[in-house]
Amino acid sequence: MLPYIFRKLLSTIPTLFGVALIVFILFNMVGGDPTYQMLGRHANAKQVEELRHEYGFDQPKYIQFGQYLKQIITFDYGRSYATKQPINQMIKDGIGPSLSLMIPSFFITTLLAVSLGLLVAYFRGKWIDKLVVILSVFGMSVSMLAYILFGQYFLAYKLGWFPISGYETAWPDRLQYLLMPMIIFVVVSLGYDVRFYRTAILEETSQDYVRTARAKGLTESRIFFKHVLKNSMIPILTNIVIEIPLLILGAFLLESFFGIPGLGSITIDAVHNSDFPVIKAMTTLDAILFILGNLATDIMYTLVDPRVSLK
Amino acid sequence: MTTQVAAVEVIRVVSSEKAVRGRSLWRDAFYRLKKDRIAIFCLSVVGLYSLIALAAKFGWIASPWDKVVGAPYLAPSLDSIELFLGTDIFGRSVFYKVIQGTRIAMSVGLVSSLISIPIGVFFGALAGYFRGWVDDLIVWFYTTVSSIPNIMLLIAIAFIMGKGITSIYVALGITAWVSLARVIRGEFIKHKSREYVLAAESLGAGHASRIFKHILPNVSHFIIINLSIQFMSAIKSEVILSFLGLGVQGQPSWGVMIDDARLELSRGVWWQLAGATVAMFFVVLAFNILGDSLRDSLDPKIK
Repeated sequence: MLPYIFRKLLSTIPTLFGVALIVFILFNMVGGDPTYQMLGRHANAKQVEELRHEYGFDQPKYIQFGQYLKQIITFDYGRSYATKQPINQMIKDGIGPSLSLMIPSFFITTLLAVSLGLLVAYFRGKWIDKLVVILSVFGMSVSMLAYILFGQYFLAYKLGWFPISGYETAWPDRLQYLLMPMIIFVVVSLGYDVRFYRTAILEETSQDYVRTARAKGLTESRIFFKHVLKNSMIPILTNIVIEIPLLILGAFLLESFFGIPGLGSITIDAVHNSDFPVIKAMTTLDAILFILGNLATDIMYTLVDPRVSLK
Repeated sequence: MTTQVAAVEVIRVVSSEKAVRGRSLWRDAFYRLKKDRIAIFCLSVVGLYSLIALAAKFGWIASPWDKVVGAPYLAPSLDSIELFLGTDIFGRSVFYKVIQGTRIAMSVGLVSSLISIPIGVFFGALAGYFRGWVDDLIVWFYTTVSSIPNIMLLIAIAFIMGKGITSIYVALGITAWVSLARVIRGEFIKHKSREYVLAAESLGAGHASRIFKHILPNVSHFIIINLSIQFMSAIKSEVILSFLGLGVQGQPSWGVMIDDARLELSRGVWWQLAGATVAMFFVVLAFNILGDSLRDSLDPKIK
């Protein structure tokens, strides 16, 4: 197992290098001189010169790229231009709130979507199947922004069921602020997920082993929960990787709307302040999170599917 | 129960074989799509949105959108078409803004697809056809691009290129080609060793001829399926980017309208949000269902 993990870890290096290259090309070459974006139109030559020196933009490109690689490896992204804080400190502060919003949201969504997917696959073709599919397509078609504004206005402001926005670091209190963003995330992603799992589970039910199980007289519910569910773990794991970008987008919008000081809020603030180093660091960080998520999924495949070779 | 299902399947296969004999893939797909009433309805919805967008582009309807038509924040009324969805903070017609937003949304969908589809087809075809180091390089490239979460890449590109609709076109266009490239690559791998391609090769067809004249027409239905999904996600992304202030400037877009609604809702002004959300809902819904129907009717595997 360990050599397998190690090999998989090594295989992420080309991708990581590619990400670094793309981000570097985007930010340090295509973008032109970022100092103008940071200082605005009314900067004088001296200010520009100082800033260029401070961020190393006056160095040759290959040295800048080397410095950027060093930043990634040492996890030291320098300082924010807007707040002057070290960026790695900002990330450390932001990751807790982000994870405490996204991890429960993700697990609740997956649990609900898999259960619903199993249910409608079991009743395929019946009215409940059709109803859930129609509701899913409708749910997928509403903008996430509409869900957020509706929740914030009606559920929080009008009905007062939840706080409108805010955050608390202490634990049971934190939950009250996270509850509504979580519900919104679950509602937004449920439509896509239920349809995905329904298709995946239906595909499983047309396999030969299901016919064999039926032929030997197993009940439908046993076939579903024992055999089909276990085999559907593979598409379920695949969907986890697909979910990561959605989780990041969710973090963006939900955190900035509900005032949760997570990585999403930090990024949005950085966009508004043209905070170049922070946007660059966040892009890199999100890509690394995505690659790690992919890696974790690959490793989990070996746990649920004995056919996946460790060689 | 299983035998019943199997019997139905056999009948369906036999009858569909009878029905499709002698038709080309496209004729056949069109025939099946025509029978799908919901798909035809969705296609009409998309057509209607396109017509509205074109009419708005040429200034035939909803123009000028920035004319003051009444007091600020007038509630929707049926008195006139301009006041159908009320007015915004400057007394401009929200209904006109929704229509102009349709123009922006459809143009973003169209232009970003025109950018991303050639890129996706080109890289996918090269990788799947040549394999070897070309394949390794292209797969590495698109794995890398898809490793940067889409919204971050969009933000980064829009941030670097400056605000405005051109950056949205480019940002969406150069992030969206990966899924098409993956599909096309897979199809090219399957097709390149098929008999018709080998026959073309033995008749002296070169690489370019085999790729573009022989294989590409046989996988082109995936482009149509992808177009529908890509159009939809472009519209959704435009709204989010405009909402984040990275998109359309000085023109009414659904995202900008939803952003305005943030501050208006507490004053009871719901019509901007409702107008933009409902307009977006129907077009995204239509593309969603259309994407599924196109896949069902065009993908020969799911006959």
